[in-house]
Amino acid sequence: MTLARRLADAVTPARRTLEWQIATVKAFAPETARARTFTLELPKWRPHRAGQHYDVRLTAADGYQAQRSYSIASEPERVGEIDLTVELIPDGEVSSYMHGVLEPGDRIEVRGPIGGYFVWQASQPEPLGLVAGGSGVVPLMAMLRHRAAAAGRQPARLLYSSRTVDDVIYGAGLARLHAARDGAEVFQTLTRGAPEGWAGFTRRIDAQMLREVFAPLGSDVRIFVCGPTLLVESVADALVAMGVPAERIKTERFGPTGS
Amino acid sequence: MAVDEPTKQAGSQPSEDAEAMALDRALTLDGNAVAGLLEEVFGWEITAQLTQCANCGHVAECGALLAFVGGPGTVLRCSVCKEVVVRIVRTDRATYVDARGASFFRLPVSPDI
Repeated sequence: MTLARRLADAVTPARRTLEWQIATVKAFAPETARARTFTLELPKWRPHRAGQHYDVRLTAADGYQAQRSYSIASEPERVGEIDLTVELIPDGEVSSYMHGVLEPGDRIEVRGPIGGYFVWQASQPEPLGLVAGGSGVVPLMAMLRHRAAAAGRQPARLLYSSRTVDDVIYGAGLARLHAARDGAEVFQTLTRGAPEGWAGFTRRIDAQMLREVFAPLGSDVRIFVCGPTLLVESVADALVAMGVPAERIKTERFGPTGS
Repeated sequence: MAVDEPTKQAGSQPSEDAEAMALDRALTLDGNAVAGLLEEVFGWEITAQLTQCANCGHVAECGALLAFVGGPGTVLRCSVCKEVVVRIVRTDRATYVDARGASFFRLPVSPDI
């Protein structure tokens, strides 16, 4: 580095820019028939905040680019790498490439971590309420993993809605978090039929279910809701009707562009 | 598209509008979904920063605006009155920002403030 450059670096306030970087696929693992977790090694890794996402960009030989955002599934305590859980969307330009083509050792263009709104840090003492629909569980899993890694002691409850038991993402990981009995509890509901012996709910999330799961967390609860738009809106409306102040509810809608 | 013509002429406009509204609703994202684009435009992360809707006066974090990304550009609307707060269109050579729907954006003097 030249002296001039060093001096410039010393006097210029560090302006954080969102730079693209080339990540290397370290591994991938199936979560469900349609969801797969990719572990990416990042040359310019920066610690993220749970709830943030990365943008993934693909460039074709003719210069055509497709870009999508994927929530980070891993905790920020894991240095140098991140997990992205990607659901395969039929005809999805980016997800079908990631599912069909990417192999360990392959490289892929990403930028992040991105977002400062739908984020949670284990240093926040208030009780944590999480509501997920489908692959909306991904950023909320990052929050639970961060809470566990940082030994957070605030009570936390996740209410997670899936269609069937085969659609449950992170089933084993969620069971482990629940079994740790460190104040994090996982509640699940299945909306399209449950196996025999299923102990969870078996209907769409409704006001009564929200009350049952979140009332014990008290009035100071901070709630994060992530899932398909219609689920997010109905849950947020029901929470406000329950008396949870709107500013304590943060939402992230997963739309069809998340493909 | 031609097959749509008879339906339109049959006077089913209200249900088509309802359908279009339902589709719009299902396609809605939040401002945090376009946090990367906003960071490109404004210089750093602003989804946790406040903005005010020029139409109804509602003050909210940019991440809580409603985002529509299906068109040629990105449109952010007020979550209360649904009016357009900001439109962003990128071309090969420039980014166009129409922010007349916002009476202010709070832009921190440095990140993390």
